[in-house]
Amino acid sequence: MIRRIQHRGFVAAFAALCALLWPFGAAADWTLNMRQGVTSISQEVYGLHMIILWVCVVIGIIVFGAMFWSILHHRKSKGVQAAHFHENTLVEIVWTLIPFGILIFLAVPATKALINIENTGNADLTIKVTGYQWKWRYEYIDEGVSFFSTLESKSNEARHLKSGIDVATIDNYLLDVDNPVVVPVGKKIRFLTTANDVIHAWWVPDLGWKRDAIPGFINESWARVEKAGVYRGQCAELCGKDHGFMPIVVVAKEEADYRKWVEDQKAAQAAALQADNPDREWAMEELMAKGESVYNANCVACHQADGKGMAGVKPIAGSPVATGDVADHIDVVMFGRTGTAMAAFSQLGDADIAAVITYQRNSFGNAAGDLVQPSTIKNEYR
Amino acid sequence: MSQSHAAHDEHHDHAPSGLMRWVTTTNHKDIGTLYLSFSLLMFFVGGAMAMVIRAELFQPGLQFVDPQFFNSMTTIHALVMIFGAVMPAFVGLANWMVPMMIGAPDMALPRMNNWSFWLLPFAFTLLLSTFFMPGGAPAGGWTMYAPLVMQTGDAFPFLIFAVHIMGISSIMGAINIIATVFNMRAPGMTFMKLPLFVWTWIITAFLLIASMPVLAGAVTMLLTDKFFGTSFFSAAGGGDPVMFQHIFWFFGHPEVYIMILPAFGVVSAIVPTFARKPLFGYSSMVYATASIAFLSFIVWAHHMFTVGMPLAGELFFMYTTVLIAVPTGVKVFNWVATMWKGSMTFETPMLFALGFIVMFTIGGFSGLMLGVTPADFQYHDTYFVVAHFHYVLVTGAVFSIMAAAYFWLPKWTGHMYDEKLGKLHFWLSTIFVNVLFFPQHFLGLAGMPRRIPDYNVQFADWNMVSSIGGFLFGISQLLFAYIVIKCVRGGQKATSQVWEGAHGLEWTLPSPPPYHSFTTPPVVK
Repeated sequence: MIRRIQHRGFVAAFAALCALLWPFGAAADWTLNMRQGVTSISQEVYGLHMIILWVCVVIGIIVFGAMFWSILHHRKSKGVQAAHFHENTLVEIVWTLIPFGILIFLAVPATKALINIENTGNADLTIKVTGYQWKWRYEYIDEGVSFFSTLESKSNEARHLKSGIDVATIDNYLLDVDNPVVVPVGKKIRFLTTANDVIHAWWVPDLGWKRDAIPGFINESWARVEKAGVYRGQCAELCGKDHGFMPIVVVAKEEADYRKWVEDQKAAQAAALQADNPDREWAMEELMAKGESVYNANCVACHQADGKGMAGVKPIAGSPVATGDVADHIDVVMFGRTGTAMAAFSQLGDADIAAVITYQRNSFGNAAGDLVQPSTIKNEYR
Repeated sequence: MSQSHAAHDEHHDHAPSGLMRWVTTTNHKDIGTLYLSFSLLMFFVGGAMAMVIRAELFQPGLQFVDPQFFNSMTTIHALVMIFGAVMPAFVGLANWMVPMMIGAPDMALPRMNNWSFWLLPFAFTLLLSTFFMPGGAPAGGWTMYAPLVMQTGDAFPFLIFAVHIMGISSIMGAINIIATVFNMRAPGMTFMKLPLFVWTWIITAFLLIASMPVLAGAVTMLLTDKFFGTSFFSAAGGGDPVMFQHIFWFFGHPEVYIMILPAFGVVSAIVPTFARKPLFGYSSMVYATASIAFLSFIVWAHHMFTVGMPLAGELFFMYTTVLIAVPTGVKVFNWVATMWKGSMTFETPMLFALGFIVMFTIGGFSGLMLGVTPADFQYHDTYFVVAHFHYVLVTGAVFSIMAAAYFWLPKWTGHMYDEKLGKLHFWLSTIFVNVLFFPQHFLGLAGMPRRIPDYNVQFADWNMVSSIGGFLFGISQLLFAYIVIKCVRGGQKATSQVWEGAHGLEWTLPSPPPYHSFTTPPVVK
């Protein structure tokens, strides 16, 4: 109730301000304020945000009020003679102590909220979130389910310079993914965030927090989503070229629907594992077909569709690596090149790695002619 | 402004003329002019990059630049504006004003003064040349966070050395100011009689000396990580990427105050002049400045609340951060009390100073909001932060530099600037800077991360408003350059005192002042 009144007052205050700044006015759908979100943390944070905002507004009205009153009345043009006072210790002490008191008043709820946010114990399930340039990987620790989540293909086509596609026609432009992370409603979920290459930050505003994903560190956070729905967010830490293009989608489902989703995932992963059996002999066509899709999911952002690379990214077309010794090629793909943007891709499956290397060696004008068997990767590089 | 005081300088005819005069000069006024001119040039270079950023963000979708170049724009815009525009402007103001304010003939270390300026053009040539290198200009953000910065192409060592050179220049400037103020004050000019601009600059100089070497250390570790096989910040080698952030922000937060304390000094000189009333609470202003400087060294981790610190660390940095509001509040209250029952007039410097007080305070409010850790978990790395630091840096630091320029231009050149144009410049700047930055608060709260070249259509409305404000604010600054050039070339003659309510040693000298400010020390009662 109080919250709703605060919200209305906030909108009114800022609408007035915006009307001053911008004569065309603030239409109702021009978002002004933080969202309240769907977790107890997000609502606590929203409440805290509104308290501080109002404290600032009140202080601002008093201080600027006094200042503008003085500006209007104490002018030379009105014949005012300047007074000569310039010191008053009591006044200085008073206006040091009052702000100090206000800060203590703010610190109490802030401390409580922080203690709550950092209490990650007694979780019902744990999801490990790993940031990559430029996608997310989710691992359901207790279920053995894991998958990558990348920008959805329509956004991905439209986002390029002079793509000729009107981005307004795309639903959830830049905020949609191929595989969303699915969570159960009402359960305490512990998120473990880390990264594979550079620092990323996992942020869904409706959950009420963001947390950095740092290589070599595992950070803990938690959320209990109170309402089924789809909640969208983005990477919040600059992570290179495509930092703006690695969104996050959380789908909160009722417990039964969530269980069903987990079982479906398990079945799908088992089937994929079967299809990608690294122990069998793969044919050239199979590897080329699979390699192309792996390339388009993982390599194309930097090395481009024609394999010619871009500023700061080496080409694959005609490169000594992709036309020379196959062992070097496998080494670069699996373990990256330190000190460059070329990341390690050893997280991909054996068949994926073998296929993409085969594809790179026989596309873009490269004609090495050789192929890499998934079993080679499995037996010699794992 | 150069020709005019050269003309007044009868006993220095043997000094080289033309370009060599500026290259070899050891005169505090010449070097001040060099710093200020360089700063203005960099303000337009950095501003041009801001225009590219706002043009790309005018609409959703990519229209003009690719994401990598966009990241270079945000990175270099920040480095140019911080190290090339704001800091040199304040050093230029100090060079011009500190000797005149304390009754000295020149700076204490004039040759070092020359060197510390002339390093800067080389540093920025190195930095800006990276745009033409394979891999492009640095694009990992001005904060140079490892490991991302390691992905910089050939530009990497140029970035590091440019930062080193800027740091050396700043440290020498700081040493010079401390040496000057400690040794060259006129008889009777005790510390507690120093103008507040001098006080804020001494404290700033100590901040510079304490913090710049830390930055130099941090970037040197990046350099050895890249080229000499160390692993300070590489987790794979047993290092710690978060340690870079701790070291960087141990420099970075004092750096914030390096850019704002001299602004406090400028405003504390202007408000009493145009209120025709002495500054209220002089000693509390000095103590408040010193408290802010002390606190600036124990709040650094509020820039990195989301890295996953222990609860106790988050609480400590939250409490110390919000505590800064107390001395900052004292300063604002003192300025308002100075105006109270004064006899105010509103010439351009006063307008900019008043604009500073209001809009810097708005930036202070959002700073208080950001300091509250749980709320920061939402605000962090969004446009709310972008709005916050542009309120304190543009409507704060830059507005105070504009105020200082209008305030002291008549003293420097001997001519009054065009008051009508000055006021026009103030109103255009103030209106458009708010159209530019105020909506960015809304964007951040609505969930738009910073440093992204493209965005969902839900953010389109306010981005367009912000871009329009940005273009108009940018164009308005050309007016400033015009007013300055016009004033240097001529105009109504300025008196020694210039402003009716001006008090202090610098106003006892003729306008423009003689080449060596005070050849016989004045006596301060």
